[in-house]
Amino acid sequence: MASSSPATTPLLKDELDIVIPTIRNLDFLEMWRPFFQPYHLIIVQDGDPSKTIKVPDGFDYELYNRNDINRILGPRSSCISFKDSACRCFGYMVSKKKYIFTIDDDCFVAKNPSGEDINALEQHIKNLLSPSTPLFFNTLYDPYREGADFVRGYPFSLREGVPTAVSHGLWLNIPDYDAPTQLVKPRERNSRYVDAVLTIPKGTLFPMCGMNLAFDRDLIGPAMYFGLMGDGQPIGRYDDMWAGWCVKVICDHLGLGVKTGLPYIWHSKASNPFVNLKKEYKGIFWQEEIIPFFQSASLPRECTTVQKCYIELSKQVKQKLSKVDPYFDKLADAMVTWIEAWDELNPSAGSAKLANGTA
Amino acid sequence: MSHSNINVKDDEIDIVIGALCSDLTSFMNDWRPVFSRFHLIIVKDPDLKEELQIPEGFNVDVYTKTDIDRLVGSSSILFYGYSCRYFGFLVSRKKYIVSIDDDCTPAKDKDGSLVDIVAQHVTNLTTPATPFFFNTLYDPYRKGADFVRGYPFSLRNGVQCALSCGLWLNLADYDAPTQALKPELKNSRYVDAVLTVPARTLMPLSGINIAFDRELVGPALFPALRLAGEGKLRWETMEDIWSGMCAKVVCDHLGFGVKSGLPYVWRTERGNAVDSLRKEWEGVKLMEEVVPFFQTLRLKRTTVKAEDCVVEVAKEVKEHLGKVDPVFGRAAEAMVDWVRLWRAVGSSSS
Repeated sequence: MASSSPATTPLLKDELDIVIPTIRNLDFLEMWRPFFQPYHLIIVQDGDPSKTIKVPDGFDYELYNRNDINRILGPRSSCISFKDSACRCFGYMVSKKKYIFTIDDDCFVAKNPSGEDINALEQHIKNLLSPSTPLFFNTLYDPYREGADFVRGYPFSLREGVPTAVSHGLWLNIPDYDAPTQLVKPRERNSRYVDAVLTIPKGTLFPMCGMNLAFDRDLIGPAMYFGLMGDGQPIGRYDDMWAGWCVKVICDHLGLGVKTGLPYIWHSKASNPFVNLKKEYKGIFWQEEIIPFFQSASLPRECTTVQKCYIELSKQVKQKLSKVDPYFDKLADAMVTWIEAWDELNPSAGSAKLANGTA
Repeated sequence: MSHSNINVKDDEIDIVIGALCSDLTSFMNDWRPVFSRFHLIIVKDPDLKEELQIPEGFNVDVYTKTDIDRLVGSSSILFYGYSCRYFGFLVSRKKYIVSIDDDCTPAKDKDGSLVDIVAQHVTNLTTPATPFFFNTLYDPYRKGADFVRGYPFSLRNGVQCALSCGLWLNLADYDAPTQALKPELKNSRYVDAVLTVPARTLMPLSGINIAFDRELVGPALFPALRLAGEGKLRWETMEDIWSGMCAKVVCDHLGFGVKSGLPYVWRTERGNAVDSLRKEWEGVKLMEEVVPFFQTLRLKRTTVKAEDCVVEVAKEVKEHLGKVDPVFGRAAEAMVDWVRLWRAVGSSSS
């Protein structure tokens, strides 16, 4: 695989949609223009549908507000959150592309240590187009990166890797801390540029942040449901977490990989920690039950598609987490509604049948 | 950036070097700014004929074939080549051991300062590890970092870190086929992170740049797997990889953490990957056999001491891998011998 010049990363401009939830404005897109302009955007407008959100000129986009969501999904729109960025997953559902990149509207272009602007989208594409290595940890991180490889002792039979389903990027400046940490360390900023991409090993869970995330919709799309958050719900700021735990369990089961690390974006806004605390409060306690649930969740061999895995997970959520709070009963139902809606909007795509990973 | 750890005294640390090269003058002088404060144990490869050359100004104890023969007597364990360092682990009386290969020199970090590997390894070993849940900002105990949103609070205490695996700039620890195929491949990427390798995740633990808490996992690092064609280059060995896989299983079982990442050393050429290719294949083939074994290996809940874990792993190795290749049967025997030796010689500390 030796080559003297690096291959250029394909743009994938007809295969990738950028999904952006917003309630304020899309001014941040100006800074991203050099990188985003070739791509189709799916804007999910949260909050008041009568408000007009202006999209900067020159972008190719479709925009959905709450009225659109209700119209398109009918009664199933109940699974899409309102007044929470969790609504972004509606964008995943209506997309017709293979890849999704999602980013928050307070995330800007970061600079690498050499002072150059980071093309986050290009790095995500690189991550998704190269294999993952969840079955054995490579101490030099991503072996497929230029300038790296598998280390001595890494089994050759595992060097092909598995398909990458998710690319989880990080954030410079305002780190993704929970409310208690924000309150204790209001001035902490992430200034450490860690030049690595790595695969999160099989059997290990992680907190998936939706601020700077890309995934292969064909491989894992139906599992990217961001749950019931915001208005009328007892919890907030656990949307991406919930999706991440479901996604990881399913990826582990189906033999798919999840990468984390580069690219970095610049996160500019620190949300109000007191507001956050109110949203997260219940989650902090529920998490203690949720994590063991996901850590011990196992899916039967017959679950060979993402949808089947997800429905099975929803059953287990209802069975095991309802006793924590009736919310989980509702959430389990919403998970089923989500899959029904997904399948209705994505009929022929069906689901990639993948061999189960080793138990 | 060096983090001096105020809580750990210099006399709690031993630096153990296996000398495969007789002239250690430039090696020791290169490391003088980092090593001179500490007690050093240098073990001479029993195969080495020449006298060791060690510069002045170090607090060092040297062990040779004579010492090994006297202390160990007859045993299935062979302390030749890279395995000589384990004798140093055996006779050390300190809590923390830092050990590097004698072809490594200090690296420079991104600011151009010399990397103090001892300070970083000790920091790694004396701050908790987090093997049960992955923190996306890597080591949450590092200055300027923390646990991210969604990290369960009950897991934020972490567990004790028993093993710290550093990395290598320039000549990375690639196997012979990889290095032979890409002779120009040098590692120039300084990844500014320490992370905990999650529980039950297997990894290739390179012996080139490691540190460990001898009190916690001392018995779990041992010379056992000896390739038929084992040589004097890292490309021609698997002993550390084998020991490391067992050590990881032991750490996972006992609830200790293993960290990987910083610190870096600078590693230089010695030998030719192409020449080593012939010998390497044996190790490569053997790895294929062991992966499924280690993936499913689980120790009894009643095994609570590191040395007993090693004995149990040896038993499983003999039973399941013994028939695959005689090298495993010998490794199992060496592991049991090692524990016997450890109990007799190595189990005390100062």
